[in-house]
Amino acid sequence: MIELLDAARCTACNICVQACPTRVFEAVPDAPPRIARQADCQTCFMCELYCPEDALYVAPFADRPAVAAELEGVSAAQAGAYRRAVGWGRGRRSTAADDASYELLGRAH
Amino acid sequence: MRSTTAHSHSHADLDAALQLTADVLVIGGGPAGAWAAVSAAAQGARVILVDKGFCGTSGATAPEGDARAQAKASRYAMGGQLAEQAWMDRVLAQTWDNVERLKEWGYPFPADAWGRLRCNSLQGPEYMRLMRRQAKAAGARILDHSPALELLVDAHGAVCGAFGVRRADGDAWTVRAGAVVIATGGCAFLSKALGCDLLTGDGYLMAAEAGAQLSGMEFSNAYGLGPAFSSVTKSLFYNWATFYDEGGAAIEGAGSSRGRGVIAQHLRSGPVYARLDRADAQIQAWMRVAQPNFFLSFDRLGIDPFAQRFPVTLRLEGTVRGTGGLNVVDAQCATSVPGLYAAGDAATRELICGGFTGGGSHNAAWALSSGFWAGAGAALFARDARAASDARRPARRAGAVSTAGPGGAAVDSRAVVRAVQAELFPTERNWVREAGLLEDSLGRLDALWAQLRRAGPVPAAGGVAGAAELLRAREAAAMLASARWMYRSALARTETRGMHRRRENPASDPAQRHRLLSGGLDAVWVARQAVREPAPPAPHDRVLEATA
Repeated sequence: MIELLDAARCTACNICVQACPTRVFEAVPDAPPRIARQADCQTCFMCELYCPEDALYVAPFADRPAVAAELEGVSAAQAGAYRRAVGWGRGRRSTAADDASYELLGRAH
Repeated sequence: MRSTTAHSHSHADLDAALQLTADVLVIGGGPAGAWAAVSAAAQGARVILVDKGFCGTSGATAPEGDARAQAKASRYAMGGQLAEQAWMDRVLAQTWDNVERLKEWGYPFPADAWGRLRCNSLQGPEYMRLMRRQAKAAGARILDHSPALELLVDAHGAVCGAFGVRRADGDAWTVRAGAVVIATGGCAFLSKALGCDLLTGDGYLMAAEAGAQLSGMEFSNAYGLGPAFSSVTKSLFYNWATFYDEGGAAIEGAGSSRGRGVIAQHLRSGPVYARLDRADAQIQAWMRVAQPNFFLSFDRLGIDPFAQRFPVTLRLEGTVRGTGGLNVVDAQCATSVPGLYAAGDAATRELICGGFTGGGSHNAAWALSSGFWAGAGAALFARDARAASDARRPARRAGAVSTAGPGGAAVDSRAVVRAVQAELFPTERNWVREAGLLEDSLGRLDALWAQLRRAGPVPAAGGVAGAAELLRAREAAAMLASARWMYRSALARTETRGMHRRRENPASDPAQRHRLLSGGLDAVWVARQAVREPAPPAPHDRVLEATA
């Protein structure tokens, strides 16, 4: 579920408020949005992917919030890992062009 | 927000802050809905697309990240011979036509070592970002975070729009339209399977309230395999897994596809672990670039899934990876209700894969084909009906539950959801079905439905909170209705066919090679319908793998 919103990196563009399909975020005037409905998070990682600033972090637990120890030391690099892997963002190229699924599909059974 | 608590709605109830008209209203903004919007607009229709979430991230396709567009119909026998060759052929042809469109629009298909484009896989977020852009470029107006709650029908019972709410400000909306495409996806019962929490059967309920039929609702017990802690039910890579019990011994017969029942059985008595220890270095490298989000959860927990065992679980994916859904009655994916069309997982996929699918390829091919046809069909219907579809024509809301009732206390929507889940999630009830347990569940589900029907409407609290509560109530009602169509259909099919398994009837019965239609709200009905094409003379494995 969504856990962290790094207010220092966030530019309050509110893209996440729009992009989250389950409306987890709430816009706040002149400030970063807040995580208003964590329990509605479906752990789809779409907010991380759409965040241009790598300011969001979704913990991998689908059924429960993370405990504090599980969030220690989360870095911006981790928060941006999915966006980097998909190749979205300035100066990057979509990795859809490298998608090797066709190799795997031919070998699965 | 609506303020009346009247039992039936007159057109006076249609007062809404936002009142729009269109030729075609598309409900749902996943791949089927986006293709429907593009296709309807290409016919000259004015199109509005409403999405419960955000067109681009909503639904199973975007986060799944690997929507195979390869229309390979090799599973005719596994599907219980309920598919039809003519539909498989036209889906295959339409899929490759639409892949050509995706190329023209700039989708970055990968090239192999020979420089040939490999077009049999689509990366979910990239695909859906492109489809949103194309729907807008075609002229469709997109309303995000604007769930439809009920259809509008005219005096003749034809569908002529929908009513809903905007989640951002809580205002109500109505769209009056010449035709409506339901592309709301399947129903996964809020199981937290990847990208499935918006998929609560809303379209089934709305359509059934207007009189539409469903088909194949017994083919609704797909379970996604994934790490126990995670939402990531992406099962392809488990082809390279070995499954272990708590003591570390390999579980004989356990596997991702045919051995999933063995996993279900073991999970009832204890944990099951997986390790992708059959993937060599090359396979591992391909996996990393094929499905980056498969590895997110592992990386964040410091687990190496190729070297370490991790606990797995099964999450119900219902009709999202099952094949049941709204029955379509012609090549344009019209339902039996005039003006109402169905596409994607909201529609039955039996026509191309019978009673079995692992999701992925078939669903993706069906979404982009059925969406394309339904959009065009709806546009043509709206053109014929244009004179009749003006906004002054009397219309009423077709919703029967949760937003209108004779009075009394409203039912707690979350309690309804939990009660439905308790009947559907357990694999001992749903993976393999049994008459006694189905009847046992149906007793409680029917009683819950009666309670819902007796209860009063959700209080019109207004505002954002009121809209959210109304949506939750409709989702709960849709899941409950879906569960009853599922288990009634499962009870009627006294054999094992496709993914539907009956404990007391473990074999297929040649006399039951028919489809099961279903519908109804208070009185759920199930009826047989013959498959139009005869069964082929000999068992065979049709391979229609296309190259592009």
